[in-house]
Amino acid sequence: MTLYFTKEHEWIAVEGDTATVGITDFAQSQLGDIVFVEVPAAGATVKKGSEAAVVESVKAASDVYAPVSGEVTEGNQALVDDPALVNSAAESEGWFFKLRLSDTSELEGLMDEAAYKAFADSQ
Amino acid sequence: MSEPETILPLDSWHRARGARMVPFAGYAMPIQYEGIMAEHRWTREAAGLFDVSHMGQLIIAGSGAEAGLETLLPADLSILKEGRLRYSLLLGDNGGIIDDLMVTRRGDHFYTVVNGATKDGDIEYLRSKLPASVVVDHMKEQALLALQGPKAVQALQRLVPGVEELGFMTGAAFQLGGVTAWISRSGYTGEDGFEISVPSARVMEVAEQLAAQPEVRPIGLGARDSLRLEAGLPLYGHDLDTDITPLEADLGFAISKRRRAEGGFAGWYRISRELEEGTIRRRVGLSIEGRQPVREGAMVVDDEGNDVGKVTSGGFSPMLEAPIAMAYVPAAMAEPGTAVSLAQRGKVLQAKVVPMPFLPHRYHRKGAVK
Repeated sequence: MTLYFTKEHEWIAVEGDTATVGITDFAQSQLGDIVFVEVPAAGATVKKGSEAAVVESVKAASDVYAPVSGEVTEGNQALVDDPALVNSAAESEGWFFKLRLSDTSELEGLMDEAAYKAFADSQ
Repeated sequence: MSEPETILPLDSWHRARGARMVPFAGYAMPIQYEGIMAEHRWTREAAGLFDVSHMGQLIIAGSGAEAGLETLLPADLSILKEGRLRYSLLLGDNGGIIDDLMVTRRGDHFYTVVNGATKDGDIEYLRSKLPASVVVDHMKEQALLALQGPKAVQALQRLVPGVEELGFMTGAAFQLGGVTAWISRSGYTGEDGFEISVPSARVMEVAEQLAAQPEVRPIGLGARDSLRLEAGLPLYGHDLDTDITPLEADLGFAISKRRRAEGGFAGWYRISRELEEGTIRRRVGLSIEGRQPVREGAMVVDDEGNDVGKVTSGGFSPMLEAPIAMAYVPAAMAEPGTAVSLAQRGKVLQAKVVPMPFLPHRYHRKGAVK
């Protein structure tokens, strides 16, 4: 498994041509208490950079953009039922959706963990 | 380019407690410490300490101050007793609300607390409208704290014996650890609590003493907003503005009985007509289906998708664990129980008009059974 990060504070765990997408622990700490999450349904097609999910804290709503293109295979229902999971486990059980990558070359240029950490620290 | 924020006297105190500072009303203010939900619940269960030093504290004094203020506020100041305060509205000639405020009769003057973002405009307006014999003094060297919550009284009386005797909406001068403080039993969370005005030079030690009480935690602006929303209290610049009248804002209680009969204040032409005929739109509370919060700016739409109203405040209620909002809707849709549709970012959500406050107020009433 390879872990990638985006400047939009998402993480992508890639195993072959499947990817699990979530927001980073840094992102959840910036958002604060999460009260609502909307995830895409299985079968939906998402395009890199398009809106794929919604996350709302007490204060504000944020869109989660698809970091890579593909077909959604599963949205995390546990997150819909318990949005606070994003706060407690952003980079594990708090994943948003899984997808089948349509273009693995889109992973090029994404950050690895060390590069992301440096990026987040500069925010 | 925006101006850099002004630093308030407790800035370093907030930062040392882990506050996340954000620009608000031209000041660097703490939005949260440990988190909005936890801070909100703590205030409803114990006591929260809020720094509201950005608010404008004014002294309005001089010959004709009372009569002059009555030309701009719909309050009956003639029956406002010494040390009593009331919520009032600074009105424009069109009947719109220039600001909402608290006014206290204090000796030979009126002590008034106005909103931070509007204070400079308020002062200018007051000076232009009040007779030349009336002086409007902005107390720039005074800080303001609010201690709110069901345990506020037990925490504060430890430091200020006798403060528990204050009735709701009354104030008096006290000593707090050697600092002279003007303390009133008032606030904007729907809870029992106090507002504490002290010299800026001493506010650090006062905050320190208050925060050292086991019932007390510092609370940021984020929870202040969710608390006042649950309490059904409007926020100026969001739920109130210069185009909205007191009756549209459902603040008719702020127009005193004598003033309703006599008028004689700014905007009377429009307000008197609204008193007789009702208003076209009204501020209401909304309970929203599902879990998704509806925010300020969402539109109220009719069955054909026409915009008929607007959400002016909205968020997630930590106590009800559900989204709530305030909106302006046509009078015909303002009755509790009315179903309304809301459009937000291309999505339609269903809501119902509900009475406010969303959560019962728990103010301190003298003689009330504990």
